[in-house]
Amino acid sequence: MSSPEAPEQLYAAREPVFPRRVKGKFRNLKWLIMIITLGIYYLTPWIRWDRGPELPDQAVLVDLASRRFFFFWIEIWPHEFYFVAGLLIMAGLGLFLFTSALGRVWCGYACPQTVWTDLFILVERWVEGDRNARVRLWNAKWSANKARLRLTKWVLWAFIALATGGAWVFYFTDAPTLLVNLVNGSAHPIAYTTLFILTATTFFFGGIAREQVCIYACPWPRIQAAMMDEDTITIGYRHWRGEPRGKLKKQAVDTNQGDCIDCMACVNVCPMGIDIRNGQQMECITCGLCIDACDEMMDKIGKPRGLVDYLALKDEESETQGKPTIPVLKHILRPRTILYTALWSIVGFALVFALFIRSDIDMTVSPVRNPTFIVKSDGTIRNVYEVRLRNKHGEARPFGLALNNGSELNLDVEGSEGTIITVNADEMKNVRVYVEAPAGSEAASSERVPFTFWVTDLTNQERASVDTIFNGRNN
Amino acid sequence: MSTRNDKKEVETTGHSWDGIEEYNNPLPRWWVWVFYACIAWGVWYTVAYPAWPGLKEATAGYLGFSTRARVANEMAAVDAANADMVAALETVDLAALKDDENLHGFAVNMGSAVFKANCSQCHGSGAAGAKGYPALIDDDWIWGGRIDEIAFTVTNGIRNEQSFSARGYGGVMPSFADVFSGEETSAVVAYVRGISGQEHDAALAAEGETLFLDNCASCHGDAGMGSLAATREYEDPTALYPDGEMTGALNLTDAIWLYGGDEATITETLVKGRAGVMPAWSEEFRPGSGLSAAEINAVAAYVHQLGGGQ
Repeated sequence: MSSPEAPEQLYAAREPVFPRRVKGKFRNLKWLIMIITLGIYYLTPWIRWDRGPELPDQAVLVDLASRRFFFFWIEIWPHEFYFVAGLLIMAGLGLFLFTSALGRVWCGYACPQTVWTDLFILVERWVEGDRNARVRLWNAKWSANKARLRLTKWVLWAFIALATGGAWVFYFTDAPTLLVNLVNGSAHPIAYTTLFILTATTFFFGGIAREQVCIYACPWPRIQAAMMDEDTITIGYRHWRGEPRGKLKKQAVDTNQGDCIDCMACVNVCPMGIDIRNGQQMECITCGLCIDACDEMMDKIGKPRGLVDYLALKDEESETQGKPTIPVLKHILRPRTILYTALWSIVGFALVFALFIRSDIDMTVSPVRNPTFIVKSDGTIRNVYEVRLRNKHGEARPFGLALNNGSELNLDVEGSEGTIITVNADEMKNVRVYVEAPAGSEAASSERVPFTFWVTDLTNQERASVDTIFNGRNN
Repeated sequence: MSTRNDKKEVETTGHSWDGIEEYNNPLPRWWVWVFYACIAWGVWYTVAYPAWPGLKEATAGYLGFSTRARVANEMAAVDAANADMVAALETVDLAALKDDENLHGFAVNMGSAVFKANCSQCHGSGAAGAKGYPALIDDDWIWGGRIDEIAFTVTNGIRNEQSFSARGYGGVMPSFADVFSGEETSAVVAYVRGISGQEHDAALAAEGETLFLDNCASCHGDAGMGSLAATREYEDPTALYPDGEMTGALNLTDAIWLYGGDEATITETLVKGRAGVMPAWSEEFRPGSGLSAAEINAVAAYVHQLGGGQ
C-alpha cells in the first residue's frame, strides 16, 4: 500500500526446478535413508508373525474392524490407546529436539514428501536426462520424442504411486489376501477408494507439486522457524570466505577475489530452487546437496571444502571476526536440547515401563448401582457386578473367578454353574456376577465392605485382582 | 537459474514490526486457481445440497441428500442385518434359548432396549421395582420366573381388561375392613409378621392364626406361601396356569415385600386391599403400540438373566 509503485503482478507462475545430479556424502546419506524408509514402508505389511490359529499372522496390522492394533509381539486394544498418544507425544518432542539442534533435518532427509520427491526426480533423470537435457526438453515444442519421454516418466511415476497407495492399504488388512482381492476385483470399495486417492496424491505431490508443498502447504516449516535459534545447525554460505565472488581465471589471481567461483553448482542441485549464498531462506529444507556440490567444486580447484557448510547463525559472526570454527557438538549441547532429550526419554521410558507391567489378564469390575443391593427371599443380600474379562491370547481360555480369602461373601456367575468363565480367543466377555452375604452376616448388615475379586488364567495360573465394595443393608 | 530471492528489488509491503519487514512477493498462480476452484465448488455445493433458506424450508438440493434419510437408511440396514435373528426369536422355543449362545446374547441385548423403553417406567431401569411394582432381579416371583412364564405375563399382563388370559383375572386382595375388627386386624398383622420371621407380639399372633387360616389361607395357602407355591405343588409345575388358576396371592413368609412388611403397611393392605395391574403388552391387545412376539421373547430373555430367572 505504502510502497511507491504497485508490484508488477499479483500472482506468478511456479518457476520449474531442474535439480542437477550430485555426488557426495550427504547425497549418499540421503540414498541410504531413502532405501531404509521406503524399504520399511513397502515391506512391513508382508512380514508374518505367528500368533496362534485364531489371530492374524501379519506382524504389523491396524485392524479397524475389530479394533485391534498388532505390532509384532505387542497387541493394543482400544482401551490402551494411550500408547499411541504417548508415541505421538514422543514424535512431537523428537521433532522439537531435532529442529532446535539440527534445524530442518526432518524436512531434508526423512519427510515422506522429500523422500518421494527425491525418488520421482531420480526417475525423471533416468528418463529425461540430467538438468540441461531436462531444461531443453521443457523449452522444446511438443514432439513425438517429448511425448514419449513424458509418457514414460508419467507411467513410471504412476507405478511408484500405485505401489505407495497399495502399501498403505495393506497395513489395514491381511496383505496377501487383499492383494489377490485387489487384482481380481473383489476387494472392498474402501480399499479401492483409498488406493486411488493415495496413488493420485503421491503422483501429484511427488511428481508435480514437489517443493510447492514445502513452501506453501506444509505448516511444519512455519512452526520450525519458531524453534530455531543462533545455535541451530542450518546450511550456510561462508560469506567471509567466498566474497567477492568471481569466475575462475587462469591468469594471475586477483588477490581480492574470494573462493566462490560463481559456478552455480549449489544453485543447480537445489531441489527447492534457491541460491544458498543469499543466506538462510524460508524455502531451504537443509538437505545438504549444495554442500556436496560445492565441495566437489572446491576439490577441483584445489580450495578447502566447506564454503557451503552446515553452520549455525553464530558461526557467521564469529568466523567473520576471524575466530576458529565452533565445534558442532558445542552448538548441539545446550540446555534446550538437553531438556527436550530428557522429556523425550521420560515419555519413552514411561511407555516401555507401561508396556512391561501390562498384565496379560485384563479384568474390570463395575458394580451395578441400580439398585445397590437386592434382598432375596431368604433375606440374603445380593450385590451385582458387571465383570469384563479380556482374553488377549490366540486361543479360548478359561478364567477362574474368586473372592479374597476370609470373606463371608459367596460368588455366583449368571448363566453358568461354577465360577469358571471361558473367553474366546482375542475377545472380551461381559458376565453378570452375583456376590451374596447371608442374612444376618456382618457384610449383610454393614453399609460398605471392601473385598477383592481375583481372576486366574487357568492355562498358566497367572492372577490379577480388582478391589471393590460390597453394599449391605444400610440401616 | 534465477530464483525469487536473488531479485534484490522485490518490494516490501511497507509494514515494519520491530524492524522486520514483509516482502510483497506475488502469490503462486496455482493458489489463485485453487481459490477460484473453491468458489466454483461452493456454488455447486449450494445447488447440490440443502442450502438456501426459504420462508418455510431450505432448498433440497438436486442430490436429494438429507441426514435424516441417511439415519433412516442406516437403521434400515441394521434392521435388515438383524432380520434373521429377529425371525428366529419370534418362533424360538424359549426353554432352549439359552443353548443357542448367539441368539440368546442377541435376545438379551434386544430385550434390554425393549425393557428400557417399555418396562422401566414402573419396574425401574435397573429392574429393582418400587412399592407395588415387583423387583425383577430377586428370586421371588408372583406369577412364575421361568422364561416362558415371564413371556406369558408380558404378553397378557395382570388383572387388566384387555386380555382374557391376563394373570390373576378377578383375583385381588380384597379389603378386610368389614370382616376384621380393629383388634382382629392387629392380630392378623402380628401373625403375618410372625410367619415372615419379623418382630411380633406372640400372644396376638396366636389369636391371629385362626383368623388367617379362616380368611387368608384360601389364597395365600395354609403356610402363607402364596398362590404360586400352592399351584406348583398341586398342579402340573411346568404349566403356565393361564385361566385365573393363580390369584397372585403373595408369599408372606419370605423377606421380600411388594408393598412393605412393617406393621403400618401390612395393616393398610389388610384394611384397604390391593390390586396391582400390569397392561397386556402383546400387539394383539394393543394394536399399533404393543410388542411383537420377538420383542416379548427378547424382553423375557433379558428379565430372565437379571438374577432371578428360574
